[in-house]
Amino acid sequence: MAAVKFSEESLKKFDEIVARYPQKNAAMLPVLYLAQKEFGYISPEVMEYVAQIMDVPVARVLGVVTFYTMFNMKPIGRHHIQVCRTLSCALAGSERITAAIKEKLKIGVGETTPDGRFTLSEVECLASCGTAPMMQVNDDYYENLTEKNVGEILDRLK
Amino acid sequence: MEKILLRNIDAPGSHTLASYRARGGYAALEKVLREMTPEKLIDEIKASGLRGRGGAGFPTGMKWGFVPKDNPKPKYVVCNADESEPGTFKDRLLIEKNPHAIVEGTIIAAYAIRSHTSFIYIRGEMFYGAQVLERAIDEAAAAGYLGKNVLGSGYDIDLILHRGAGAYICGEETGLLSSLEGGKGWPKLKPPFPATHGLFGCPTVVNNVETLAALPWIITEGAARYAAIGTEKSKGTKLFSVSGHIKKPGVYEVDMGYPFKKFLAEDCGGMTNGKKLKGVIPGGASMPVLRADELDGITMDYESFQAAGTLLGSGGVIVMDESTCMVRAAWNLSRFFAHESCGQCSPCREGCHWIEKILNRIEHGAGRPGDLEKILSVSGNIGGNTICPFGDAASWPPAAFIKKFRGEFDEHIAAGKCTIH
Repeated sequence: MAAVKFSEESLKKFDEIVARYPQKNAAMLPVLYLAQKEFGYISPEVMEYVAQIMDVPVARVLGVVTFYTMFNMKPIGRHHIQVCRTLSCALAGSERITAAIKEKLKIGVGETTPDGRFTLSEVECLASCGTAPMMQVNDDYYENLTEKNVGEILDRLK
Repeated sequence: MEKILLRNIDAPGSHTLASYRARGGYAALEKVLREMTPEKLIDEIKASGLRGRGGAGFPTGMKWGFVPKDNPKPKYVVCNADESEPGTFKDRLLIEKNPHAIVEGTIIAAYAIRSHTSFIYIRGEMFYGAQVLERAIDEAAAAGYLGKNVLGSGYDIDLILHRGAGAYICGEETGLLSSLEGGKGWPKLKPPFPATHGLFGCPTVVNNVETLAALPWIITEGAARYAAIGTEKSKGTKLFSVSGHIKKPGVYEVDMGYPFKKFLAEDCGGMTNGKKLKGVIPGGASMPVLRADELDGITMDYESFQAAGTLLGSGGVIVMDESTCMVRAAWNLSRFFAHESCGQCSPCREGCHWIEKILNRIEHGAGRPGDLEKILSVSGNIGGNTICPFGDAASWPPAAFIKKFRGEFDEHIAAGKCTIH
């Protein structure tokens, strides 16, 4: 038996997700999203549980979790700041945006503030090149960033 | 120029069913179901000259025609909304502002190949876009455009929205299918092609968002009207995403064959801060860069960009002015490809990191004599030697940057530092 288990609500959701697809395997990504939402991140225990309910080997779940950038294998801050670093954003000064965030939060890329409020990451192109530089925080895009407005945006994220 | 894809896109509520119907939405689907057989529909799209807008430019009607009619397996249509090519943000605009055109186009494509289950695969990061599409799908289902017996025609079609989870390679059609099957997004060898062996081994068509969104207009207005726009081999309109050192960045809908220099100088307002143009990537980060002096006479279509030694690709135009360090730009893109290589084929998995490492050291003052030859050799050994086109996409940019801006790379190595900044 796995060490973790979905809540009743998530189990219901799980059944709905699986029923949507012609084959159960196809539900892997949405089920992992569901697990990440409930458990916060995808720990080895969560992978074991997902493998069990998806009827696949744990190695397959590990392969999937490590392949995609949006599954977190360790706890992250409440607000996951992801600054785009690819060419169009770089031409518009994304390095200065990252530097301003590092300075303000006193953390480096890949780190979380001690209070668990923010994690800072650099990511590749998010299809927002015309409104560069930009960042994604959790599910939301923030575009046309400046060194000044990025600080104000972070202040609002409690 | 008439707008086909971006018509009324700025109207408030353009994403709603009411707004879409008010501008003639779903009339094409009604026409298709009432008046057209799948064969006739495929012929109509062939006649329109529409080519895939995801980057490869493959004729859409021909792609559909490859799906075997007599195969007893289920057939699938997948809308590729995994827009991730650096410099490209046109599909995101369509998703957020014109989602019903995508839904209607997907249903039409499904009807063409007699599919009863279709998917929209949207990149995971586009959370807002996924919400907009989900609402559009719900609205379409409630209005009888999706589900059983669509508009009383006896045709059944389901549409499932599926979110990716962060991987550029899932924009490659076979990588997308691997991902949709619940695994790593590893591309598959072709042949067999998805048309016969796609999702779950069944006949499958994967079409880009922009391709599908063009279908309703083609059906309503007629293939001949669409084919009258553009050049001999590039028909219709194309979306171009413009970013970088340009006054008016954004998404533009352009008749194929429009003059490129005029487009940049007039439609996009020219360079920011009165600086001079140094180089431009015309078709997304995978496509070879052009120097400012190479733009004369180029028109915005498949043939002209190809004749100029690059490709139209996704239409992601990245503009770089005279202050840009081309070594740094090349390094930036090589870092992207090193990060996104899926790791399946050795030349790409190893080579992309080698190129990134070498460009990184040249930009940061530790370049060595022979480094550029090494990059060209490595890049030459990636292109054409991998399962999917990512290998080509990753090998072209560094080679083109070095070829076009050789002096700047040599200066960096000789000076032992970045000579631009």
